[in-house]
Formats: sequence, C-alpha cells, structure tokens
Amino acid sequence: MTGVTLTAIRKTYGTRTVLADINMQLDQGELLCLLGPSGCGKTTLLRILAGFETPDSGQVVINGQDVSSLPPNKRRMGMVFQAYSLFPNLTALQNVRFGPRVRGLGTTSEQTKEAQRLLAMVGLAAHVDKFPHQLSGGQQQRVALARALAVQPDILLLDEPLSALDAKVRVQLRSEIRRIQREIGITTVFVTHDQEEALSISDRVAVMNEGHVLQMAAPAAIYRQPADAFVARFIGAGGVLAGRTSGATVRIGEIALPSDAAAAMPSGTEVEMFLRPEHVSLHDAPEGAPAGSVAAEVVDLTFFGSLSRIKLGLTGAPTGDDAGSGEIWADLSSAAAERFVPGTKVWASWPSGAPRVLAR
Amino acid sequence: MSATLSRSGGPRVGLGNWIIILACGLFFLVPLIVTGIFSLWEGGHSYGVSSYVLLIHSSGFWRSLLLSLQLAIETILLSFVLLVPAMIFVHLKAPKLKPLFEFIATLPFVIPAIALIAGLSTLYTGPNWLIGTPNYLVIPYFFLALPYGYRSIDVGLNTLDVKTLTEAGQSLGAGWGRIIVLILLPNMTAALVGATLLTLTIVMGEFTFASVLLFKTFAVFINDTGQNAVTEAAALSLFSFVLTWIAMLGVIVAGKRQRTRIGAR
Ligand SMILES: Nc1ncnc2c1ncn2[C@@H]1O[C@H](COP(=O)(O)OP(=O)(O)OP(=O)(O)O)[C@@H](O)[C@H]1O
Ligand SMILES: [Mg+2]
Repeated sequence: MTGVTLTAIRKTYGTRTVLADINMQLDQGELLCLLGPSGCGKTTLLRILAGFETPDSGQVVINGQDVSSLPPNKRRMGMVFQAYSLFPNLTALQNVRFGPRVRGLGTTSEQTKEAQRLLAMVGLAAHVDKFPHQLSGGQQQRVALARALAVQPDILLLDEPLSALDAKVRVQLRSEIRRIQREIGITTVFVTHDQEEALSISDRVAVMNEGHVLQMAAPAAIYRQPADAFVARFIGAGGVLAGRTSGATVRIGEIALPSDAAAAMPSGTEVEMFLRPEHVSLHDAPEGAPAGSVAAEVVDLTFFGSLSRIKLGLTGAPTGDDAGSGEIWADLSSAAAERFVPGTKVWASWPSGAPRVLAR
Repeated sequence: MSATLSRSGGPRVGLGNWIIILACGLFFLVPLIVTGIFSLWEGGHSYGVSSYVLLIHSSGFWRSLLLSLQLAIETILLSFVLLVPAMIFVHLKAPKLKPLFEFIATLPFVIPAIALIAGLSTLYTGPNWLIGTPNYLVIPYFFLALPYGYRSIDVGLNTLDVKTLTEAGQSLGAGWGRIIVLILLPNMTAALVGATLLTLTIVMGEFTFASVLLFKTFAVFINDTGQNAVTEAAALSLFSFVLTWIAMLGVIVAGKRQRTRIGAR
C-alpha cells in the first residue's frame, strides 16, 4: 500500500502544454487538494488519474500497479463530478447500487444493504427512494459521493464537487467530505480553485500554475512559507513590496522595513517582501510604537464583519512599475479599526520574523 | 391541476381566436365526419357497419396490416441499431462531424422516391431473402424515416449531459454496452418513443415504394380497395387516420412524462 505515484506526466493539446512534467507522491489515506487558477491543468491531471485522458508521457502508479494503460472502467476509482452526474432514471439507492451491480460485487441484497449504509453515512437515510430531480443540489452531490464510494475504490477523485452549491452548503459539505474521507481512510484527490476550501480540508495542497506544481505541502506551510512569488500572491491576502535587502531590512527607497529573512541574503539582493495582514499592528504616534515602525497613511478600509482590513500606503515610497503593490495591509477587529479613516497618519510595525522575502 | 390553473389564471382566449379555432376545427373535422358517414353507407337510405365487417373478414386487410406492422418494426429496429451508437459516438467524440450528419439525415427529404428506388435496385442485388421478399422495403423505409429518427434521437441526446453521465458510468465500472442500455437509453425514452411512432406512421402510410416494387402493404391495400369498394376504402382511411393520431398522441404523452423527470431541475 503505497498510495499514488505520478511520474513525469506531460500533456499537450496541439501546441499548448497543459501539464509539464508533473511528479507527485500521495500517501495511503491522504487528502490532497489540487489548487490553482482556472486553466492551470487541475482537471486534466485528475482526468489522467481517472483514465479519461491519456498523458503524452509519464506513468500513473496506484498501489504499486502501473495503471497508465488501463481504461477508466478497469481502474479502481470513485469519481465525483462538478456537474450533477446522477443517473436521472434511477433512485438515490439505485444510483449508489449501480457500481456494485455492474461490477458484480456481492448479491443484490448485499448491494442494497451497502447502498443504504452509504446513504445513511452521507446523511440521506430518509431519501433513498427519491429520484435525482427530487433532491437538492447538495443532496445530489452527497448521493454522488456515496455512489463513488460504493465500488470500494482505491482512490477517490473529486473535481470541484461543491462549486455549483451555495456558500453555506459548500462549507458544511466540505467538512463532511473530510470526515467521511478520514473515517474510510481513502486516498483522495480534490480539485478546487477555492483556497479556503483547499486549506481547510487537506492534508497537503498542491498549488498549480500553467501546468506546473509550484509547491506541494501541508496547508500551514503553504500559507506561512510560500515557495515562490506566485504561491505567495495566490494564497491568502497581503501586501507585496519590491525592494533590496540591506542587513536585516528590505529597503524601498529611503524606507527600511524590518525582516529577519533579509539578513540571510546578500545585501543588495532584489527581492519581494510579502507581509500577511494579521501580522501588522498600527500605532497612532511614533512614541508608543516599537523600534523599526514605518510611517504610513490609511488608503482604504474594508469592513468584513468581525474584522476590518486596512490598506496603507508607505509614506515617501517610490511609485512605479517596479514598486510591487507598495501597500501594507492590516487586519484589525472592526471596533479597533473604526478610528483609522482614510487619510489617517499611522505607524505600522510587525514581528521581524513575519515577512516572507523571496528573490526576484 | 394545470387545467384549473389555466382556467383561472391563464391567458384569456378572445372571440376572434375562438372563431379561428372553430374554423380550423371544422376544416379538420368535416371531412372526417363525412368520411365516417360515407363508410357507414350501405346503399340507398340504409346505414350500418357492413363495410367494417367486410374488412375485418377480408384476409387482404389483415395480411397487409400485419405486413406493414412487421416492416415498421424492422425499420425501427434497424434505425435504432444503426443510429443510436453512431449518434452517441458523434455526440461524444466527434461533435465537429455533427453538421455533416445533419446534412445526410435531411437528404431523404430532397431525393424523390423514384430516384431512390432506381438507385436501390442497382445497388442492392444481394441475397434473395432480402430483395425477393418485402423485407427489401426496410432499406428505403430506413432512409424515409431517417430525418425523423435522427431529429428525435438528437433532441433526446441534447437534453442529457451525455459526457458526464458516460464518464460517471465508466468510473463505476460500466463498459459501453451497459452505459448505452442502462444509462443513456432509459433517459431518452421520450425521444425513442417519438422516433418509434413517427417511423411507424411513415411506414404504415408509405405507398410509392411498395406499389412500384409490387408488395402488398397496408397503403397499397387501401389504394386497391378504393378502386372497387369505395365505402370500405373510406372505412380504411378512417382507420389509418385514427392509427396515426394515436401514435401522435403517444409522442406527446411520452414527451410530457419524460420532461417532468429530466426537465424539473
Ligand atoms: N480537450 C481539450 N482540448 C484542448 N484543450 C483543452 C482540452 N481540455 C482542456 N484544455 C485546455 O487545457 C488547459 C487546462 O484545462 P483544465 O480543464 O485542466 O483546467 P482547470 O485547472 O481544471 O481549470 P478550471 O478551474 O477552469 O476548471 C486549459 O487551457 C484548457 O483550455
Ligand atoms: Mg477544472
């Protein structure tokens, strides 16, 4: 039992390289999210795993068996699709029974019992005899999940299974998918372009862009130590500042921004500095502020309910294409943020270990 | 329920519209009623069902009716066996070929029957069980029914997300045969019933091919009867008309039932 290994997967459509040399290894029972912007190749990679697409080169090995040349119906996969995919002529129970039935797993009554058990597990014990059109979108996707699990697959593949659902159902269903996945211990690949979804349910996240996997790591590592500028920009929110290292600071013109990470690089390296909004504190006057605080002016304030996000422009920062966003963001509780109306002059500080600094 | 809805809340039908509906109704019904009365005429002032009784007891009636039904069933089977897999394939793997298929499917409309017969008799010189028996007619009938069969099945496929359903089936372990039989066909029953009944009415009413090729189908029998027994011909016309309308009604009912299932989301 070694899970899934992808080796040197390449896929092109015409002259367009959709997947360029993908290598990854999934452990047994792990939930991996493929996360990335639209068109980066997530679905294509999942479909290669499922057998619906053939890679130009490379290998798919599942539990030690090379399945690269097996058609989809011979692989042991469960798949949940983005579009509603239940068979309209069959009830929920018959849909779930379909896989065991065509694969000849067990007797009819065993199949029925198993289907009932799975439907109960996804919370639909009361709806077994309903047809798909009598179920809500969320319920249909639950049935689809039960149906995929009914064939006792080696791996479970989900392609944006929640994207057609409204926000509340989405959040509820994703944690249920995670609970069930843990309960069964099934190796799972979950495609999404919703980073919150990816970060909240995965063991590991693979961030993809333009056919490459840029970073594959635990959600916290992706968030705290993005491997490159794309991941840093794509995951979470925050200010991006372009400058040069100088000792334990990043300098933008005359302004020195404290950063431990800069000290580890040769002075004068061109870098981008990423600063998460939760790390930034604001002070009214330089007197109360910690050493190294920088002068800034409130540009904008966005209310998010319990939190508010304040955008700050650095006082005296150079402008131009090369300056990054030139902004710092700070998240404050809405009560504390109230007095920072746009135009207010403030001093901003952060722990010097907080910024992520990457060479440009 | 829908009846009460339209009575209370539906659009009101104005007097002008009623007149038009009435006029159309008369236009349709008067010939039928007159034909009906004529079919009951027994000469002089006497009316009765003797022409119907005569028909039922004539062996030509049953033989030709059964022959036409048999040909209809064969045509339907041939249409399904050829069209369904081909159209699913085009739908999934070669959607770019669709315009070509549509063009081919409309050709029977523009090629005259006589030209088809001439073409067929030079092309098919094959085994005797085919060209020596009425089964031969199934070939031209297939082409005659092609535009209708194609249209119906195309509509049926378009109402389904064929790609997702197929892939779902494959991921659950089903091969092509089971995907078509267990998933796709049951969800296009309206389309299939439509194709079946349209083909049935076409084959039941087709005269030219059968007549030229000298096979005694139902339409040929009606025509022959009309030559010497006019009241029976009227009874026959009425009978085949009713048959057609039952088939049409079947198409409508099947369409409605399916729509509540697939269209309700
Ligand atoms: N059958 C195909 N023929 C040609 N190009 C394709 C085909 N399938 C996908 N592509 C292209 O490959 C690229 C990657 O597609 P893919 O569907 O994998 O993206 P994705 O990451 O799933 O995006 P999304 O989030 O929008 O679903 C896209 O640019 C797409 O246009
Ligand atoms: Mg996709």
